[in-house]
Amino acid sequence: MFDIVLYVLLFGIAASALYPFLYMIAVSLSGTVPVLKGEVFLWPKDFNLNTYKAVFEKPEIGRAYLNTILYTALGTTIALLITAAGAYALSKRDMLFRRGFMVMVTITLFFSGGMIPTFLVVRSYHLLDTIWAMVLPGAISTWNLIVMRTFFSGMPQEVEESGKIDGLNDIGIFFRLVLPLSKAILATIGLFYGVAIWNNFFSALLYLRDADLFPLQVIVRNMVLQGAGGANGAANVGGDAMIVDESLKYATIIVTTVPILLVYPFLQKYFAKGALIGSVKG
Amino acid sequence: MTLFRSRLNRSKYLLLLFAPALIYYILFKYVPMFGILISFKDYNPFKGVWQSEWAGLKHYSLFFHSPDFPKLLKNTILLGLYKVVFTFPAPILLALLLNEVRIGLVKRLVQSISYLPHFISNVVVVSMMFLFLSPTSGVVNQLIEWLGYDSINFMQNENYFRTLYILSEIWQHIGWETIIYLAALSAIDPQLYEAARVDGANRWHQVRNITLPGITPAIVILFILNIGHVLDIGFEKVLLMLNPSIYSTADVLSTYVYRTGIQSMNYSYGTAIDLFTSVINLLFILTANWISRRKSETSLW
Repeated sequence: MFDIVLYVLLFGIAASALYPFLYMIAVSLSGTVPVLKGEVFLWPKDFNLNTYKAVFEKPEIGRAYLNTILYTALGTTIALLITAAGAYALSKRDMLFRRGFMVMVTITLFFSGGMIPTFLVVRSYHLLDTIWAMVLPGAISTWNLIVMRTFFSGMPQEVEESGKIDGLNDIGIFFRLVLPLSKAILATIGLFYGVAIWNNFFSALLYLRDADLFPLQVIVRNMVLQGAGGANGAANVGGDAMIVDESLKYATIIVTTVPILLVYPFLQKYFAKGALIGSVKG
Repeated sequence: MTLFRSRLNRSKYLLLLFAPALIYYILFKYVPMFGILISFKDYNPFKGVWQSEWAGLKHYSLFFHSPDFPKLLKNTILLGLYKVVFTFPAPILLALLLNEVRIGLVKRLVQSISYLPHFISNVVVVSMMFLFLSPTSGVVNQLIEWLGYDSINFMQNENYFRTLYILSEIWQHIGWETIIYLAALSAIDPQLYEAARVDGANRWHQVRNITLPGITPAIVILFILNIGHVLDIGFEKVLLMLNPSIYSTADVLSTYVYRTGIQSMNYSYGTAIDLFTSVINLLFILTANWISRRKSETSLW
């Protein structure tokens, strides 16, 4: 009895997490008529790729796709590099000013300048309407830094010692010995950064005015939310056209989300491990 | 002095590795903190932060006397409170459920699937809400009409905003946030359960007397951290859900800062509200930490 209730509950939770995506995929792959009749629930009917063709024919989507890929690749690389280097330095007990730096870093978890001072600072560095506005202001997440520091602290001393014997300095040890031994944590933190940048709407909203630089998230917002926002938005669209419009929106959402859904299973095994490392008190 | 020199010499490569991070923190975290000064000034973009005229507490008093103040504070605090009451316990319950699963494959499968929404952007989540809940074509309203009721314009109705916000918040993060609790649960000694079974304790007794006490420290730590963000309502999602017809419940401090501060360029006024929010958050976390340290062994510092 206990087990039945348990499994029903868990099935419900898993289904509620998964079903919305299955539904959107099914609708976006279905023909106009079944969607219009409300016959699509789990499996596409009158399978076709017309909506996806329509999505990719919109020039702003291709452009935004490239932008998002560029921001994510560049941002993740930079973020991972300076976070890992900083975290490694902080994990070394004998570094000068280590305590001071730790305090400086930790304070930012609990107190920040806020939206407007940060905006003014980014503007004064002339970063508005540049790629860097999407990359630099969030280059380090302090949580990620602390997780990595905890990981490096647990690394055996022998790694450093063997490097010293080979005549490497700390930088050499970090790049040649420590990083190759840290693939799991790099994959985990890299995934966190990558997903955060891919999904980032806030920075684009604040720092970008130039439509040529817009990432996917802004395009989705403009297409789906501003279209659906007006109370009478549906009145001037005929039934048929509106349903197609609906499928088009689902297709856009799927296209935006699919890269995350694709990398997700591969990195799963890494990040469960990585998140555990961080939770073992730092 | 020579000691300092030799330590500096020994640390120089480590300091070099830390340098990019240091520069980042100074440029993007600490310089903005000094920018808070403009909340006590009349910020003039041509004069910059330092040269602008002092204005004392003018912007603060303007805000506290503004007709929007009580509404904003109420909306922000209520949303934060609902988050603590409903969103915070959800992953604990799910972790307890998962902990009872005896079939490893089922447990892993449910975990993997429930993490998924955590990786979906707020833009997409809110888009899905608008589409699914649309009064004309959304599945939810189709179902409601099929059951013989009138369709509901969920996203334009101020009475539904808080419920929708909290429910979607739970949907997004319930799975992901179980990770920490499951880690705490896996640290509980299995012998405790065996001993309890020998003593005739049923599963409910085991949950109450072994499992829950085992994860209490994790719960307390996360609770304190959560309390510190009571007024920090995730800006993105509220802003995306926001439309003028639901301002009366959905407009919170951060969205107001965005509208008046950034969009209307009242930089000093917006910063004053920002600082007010930060200080209240800081007070919350300090108090929660202080209480926890006195009542139990667990605290952040």
